[in-house]
This record gives sequence, structure tokens and C-alpha cells, in this order.
Amino acid sequence: MSAMLELHGVTKVYGEGAAQVTALRDIDLTVRVGELVAVMGPSGSGKSTLLTIAGSLEEPTSGTVVVNGRQLAGMAYDEQAHLRRTAIGYVFQDFNLLPGLTAVENVAMPLELDGMPARRAQAVAREALAGLGLTERVQHFPDDLSGGERQRVAIARAVVGDRRLVLADEPSGALDSVNGESIIRLLAGIAAQRAAVVVVTHDAKLAAWADRVLFLHDGRLSDRVAAPSGVESLLEPGAP
Amino acid sequence: MSVRHALLALLSQGPTYATRLRLDLQQRTGELWELNIGQIYTTLQRLERDGLVREDDQGGDTRNFALTASGRDELDRWLLTPASLDTPPRDELVIKVLVAVDVPGVDVVDVVLAHRQQVVEAMQAFTRIKASADSDDVALAIMVDAELFRLEGILRWLAAAEVRLLARPPARATAIAGDGAHHPEVVR
Repeated sequence: MSAMLELHGVTKVYGEGAAQVTALRDIDLTVRVGELVAVMGPSGSGKSTLLTIAGSLEEPTSGTVVVNGRQLAGMAYDEQAHLRRTAIGYVFQDFNLLPGLTAVENVAMPLELDGMPARRAQAVAREALAGLGLTERVQHFPDDLSGGERQRVAIARAVVGDRRLVLADEPSGALDSVNGESIIRLLAGIAAQRAAVVVVTHDAKLAAWADRVLFLHDGRLSDRVAAPSGVESLLEPGAP
Repeated sequence: MSVRHALLALLSQGPTYATRLRLDLQQRTGELWELNIGQIYTTLQRLERDGLVREDDQGGDTRNFALTASGRDELDRWLLTPASLDTPPRDELVIKVLVAVDVPGVDVVDVVLAHRQQVVEAMQAFTRIKASADSDDVALAIMVDAELFRLEGILRWLAAAEVRLLARPPARATAIAGDGAHHPEVVR
């Protein structure tokens, strides 16, 4: 499957002088369509910064970000916004649904913003909601939905219109563990069917649904830890 | 978990034979708990000796086993008895991490990270079992959850250990595990 997201040598520094904070250091990451990747790490480790940079909501201090084969740096503002609306979907911990719009209107909105006629956009949105088991809820306002249902609406909004990079920041943070599991199950299904999904979470039970689990620590990303020589004996199960 | 009580629980649904019990047990535990038929028979014999199970002659050629009234009492008692929540007195992983602090040429943080990787992989393996199971297999989900929550606890402990190890002052680096050994009177 093709690489949907590539980060090459991405570094992000905030502030200057003594107040300078390096949030990300020289990050390399490739996520392909069909893959669910989880990024874990303590708070302040740079997890959310990684997502906002991958989603072109923020620019790296150095390094390059490539989404669906297109390098973000040097792209015009409008072009980036278009890419965000058509290729990238975001899922947030607190759902970020607009309270004055129904479920179907929330999901249809990114399509309408992108110029799709309202009637057509609503039909596509309805289909996306049906795919997530929300057929009966399309006309409900967010306040009339349970937490799990709200997050499913948010996921429908994130994937509607064939967007194939889904970035989720603690998508089940506000839900109990069983509801949280059904959310990550959906994201895993979406990844398997047609998207590259990156989930940032501190919950290892959710991260365990991912094909790859990466750890961010102090701005550095590690997937596999190479054990230095001499350490093997300590790792063998049953070793004294 | 006790095989004795798992068998009593299965027999509470009606008399059956040993091979069936073995299959049911495997199915209920998502094949995580493999027992050979010999272990099943031995346990049934002990249960019979203790009057908790009796042979049931309705089975024709196969030996059927049934729950007795005291077997049912024992099952009810066991289900509500608090489980031991004590940690094992000498947790192997804790010891590995503590010992690694003092092994020359080994960075204890690498040891912590390697175990973290292993625990995450184990969690992924359990999650795959849950992902491929029928969505209405509640018993399996509950059992896999128990493993996942336990492993998650280990992972959080490893994360805390990593933070402590990274934050320790360099001069104290080798003194952590050494304290007890150098001052045996303190331990006593």
C-alpha cells in the first residue's frame, strides 16, 4: 500500500533563548494506507504536536512532511487548506462537533465547505453515518447523543469524502473503556479498509489495537529498542 | 485460576464427559488455557473423591460426570470468595529491573524499554484474539480484558520506572540496588 503520510527529520522548537522548548527531535515516520499506528508517550512528550504537524495545522521548524505524495512546505495556504479538507480527517478527544448542527449536518459540513452542493453532501454524510451504525441518529443534535455516538459522528466527519489520512488525538479519552474500545475498533476497521490512521493515546489497551505502537519520549520517537549486547540474558523468560 | 472450580462451573450446566469439558474450557478461555485430557481426568477424580462430583450413568459408553449438591455449594462459595490480590513475593520483572541497575555494561533504561516492547507486543497479541472473536463472546472479552488490564499495569509501572531512572542524579546511578546489600542491618 502507498505511503499516505511521511515525516522526514521533523523537528519542532517553540520559543527562543532560555525559554526554548524542543517538542520534536528529528522524527522519521511513514504511515501507509491500511495501517493503524498508535503513538504513546507521557503528557508533554510531543504527541499532540506530532499530530498537528502531520495534519498541516502547524509547520515544523525543520524537516519535511509529505501527505499523499505531496510535500506541504512551499504549498500555498489555500492549497494546504484544500488538502486538509479533502485528504485529512481529524478526531479529537472532546469530539468538536458543532452543537447547533444535527449529526448529518456536522458530517456534511467539510464537503459543503469544499463546494459540494448541500443535498449531495448530506446524502454522502448520511451514508458515512450509516456505515458507523448511526442511521437512526442522523437528525439528532450532539446534545441528544451519548458520548460514544458523538465520537462516531466525529469519526464519520473525519472520513467522509474519501479522506485517507485520519489523525486522532486521544479519541476515547472522554469515554469509558468499553465505549473507547468500540471507537478504536472502528478506527482499526477504517484503517484496514481504506486509510492510514494515526492515533495518539496514553491508553495502552487502545494502542494495542494498532499494527505498530510507537513511543515518544522527550521529543524522540522509538519503535523497537535494540537491546545492547549482554542484556539478552536478562530478557529471557524464566532467567534467574 | 483453579481448574477444579472451572470444571465445577462447567458441570453446573449439566452432566457431561471429560473430552467435552476440555473442549468447553478451551473455548471459554479463547484457547489461552490449554489442558491435556489427563489433567482433566485427574482433577475429576479428585473432585469425585471429595464428593463434589459423581459419575453419572446416563452417558452410555462414555463416562459422564455430574455436579453433586456439595459441588454446587462449593462453586457458589468460591465464586464469592475474595481472590488473593497479593503480588507474588518475588516478581521476576521487578527483580530484573532492580538487578540491571548494577550490571556493568547494561543500561537499565534499555532493559526497561525492552520489556516495555515485550509487554506491548503481548497486549497486541491478546487484542488480536479479541478482535477476531465473535462480538457476542462476552466471556472471552472479559477474560482477555483481565489480561490486558494486568499488562497495562505492568506497562505503567515500567513507564514510572523509566522516568525515575532518567531523573536520577548520575552519582546515585549505581547506588539504588546497592543500598540493601551494603547495609544489611537496614533491611532487617
